[in-house]
Amino acid sequence: MSNNNLLNYVLALADDRLILSHRLAEWCGHAPILEEDIALTNIALDSLGQASLFYKYAADIEGNGRTEDDYAYKRSEREFRNLLLVEQANQDFAYTLARQFFFDAYELFLYEELLKSSDSQLQAIAEKSIKETKYHIRHSTQWMLRLGDGTDESKLRIQAACDYLWMYVGEMFTNLEEENDLIINNIIPANKLLWNKWFDFVSDVMKEATLITPPPDAFMQSGGRHGIHTEHLGHILADMQYLPRTYPNAKW
Amino acid sequence: MSDTQWKLWEVFVQVKTGKPHEHVGNVHAADAEMAIQNARDVYARRDKLTSIWVVPSELITATTPNDNDSFFDSVDSKIYRHPLFYKIPKGVSVDVE
Repeated sequence: MSNNNLLNYVLALADDRLILSHRLAEWCGHAPILEEDIALTNIALDSLGQASLFYKYAADIEGNGRTEDDYAYKRSEREFRNLLLVEQANQDFAYTLARQFFFDAYELFLYEELLKSSDSQLQAIAEKSIKETKYHIRHSTQWMLRLGDGTDESKLRIQAACDYLWMYVGEMFTNLEEENDLIINNIIPANKLLWNKWFDFVSDVMKEATLITPPPDAFMQSGGRHGIHTEHLGHILADMQYLPRTYPNAKW
Repeated sequence: MSDTQWKLWEVFVQVKTGKPHEHVGNVHAADAEMAIQNARDVYARRDKLTSIWVVPSELITATTPNDNDSFFDSVDSKIYRHPLFYKIPKGVSVDVE
């Protein structure tokens, strides 16, 4: 089993959380109400903290002196392995919440599996992070219910967001071929096994929210795990990496 | 002018089991569940808490400043209401805050 496969897997999980955190942080100072502004930035910080745990573990695995900052600031678009879902634009509050809801549910079921990982480090990160994720899913679920079963406009917007983002959910339930050894050795779960739980949970909430769940066999996009991204990631990285790339090793 | 914000909720937090819930501020929210979440996000960010209460602000009945004379000022001269004239028996410890 190659350490490189584990490294790539850990980096992918870290990238998901870093990019989603950046998207949520874009709401800082712009959320519909002060309380929600704080809620979204709290979740952004939780995600950033989780990203940091995964990056640190990646640095341990790689063992060549690269740090979490190197991973975040000194890799190019094609080296990022995050899901396409997390890089999608905020658009409006409904898109942001639908993206979060789809991701939170996946993350919760993923951590439940990683708690059983034979890799003690992954197991420990999952144990620490799942508490945060349980709050995130509560937050996003409650918003799904209120936006779906709210006003005509909120319903229209959240349904549109779910319909649009749906093509990006499939990627969460795939694995790369190189990950087969990790699955066989009980280090990571086979993501396709998370799908049923995820779909049941998501469709139950959407039903309660009086929303229509898009079909499970719809066409799904993929590419993020291979470093092939939508147009959005380049813009995110330009924003995020500008300072460290322009002023290397800047301190403040 | 009407208030376009959501309903206001008063937030009480407990820092340790057995301690009283203390008022820390308020949040806006459309309903009780969101009020609890908002209270958590705004007031439980830094310190570890054991419990949060939220109460619709409109359900709180309060005195008005006009009540102050009749409600509060008259206690000034009633020193006999303070338990200062009792000798505390030996062996009893008093927890004065």
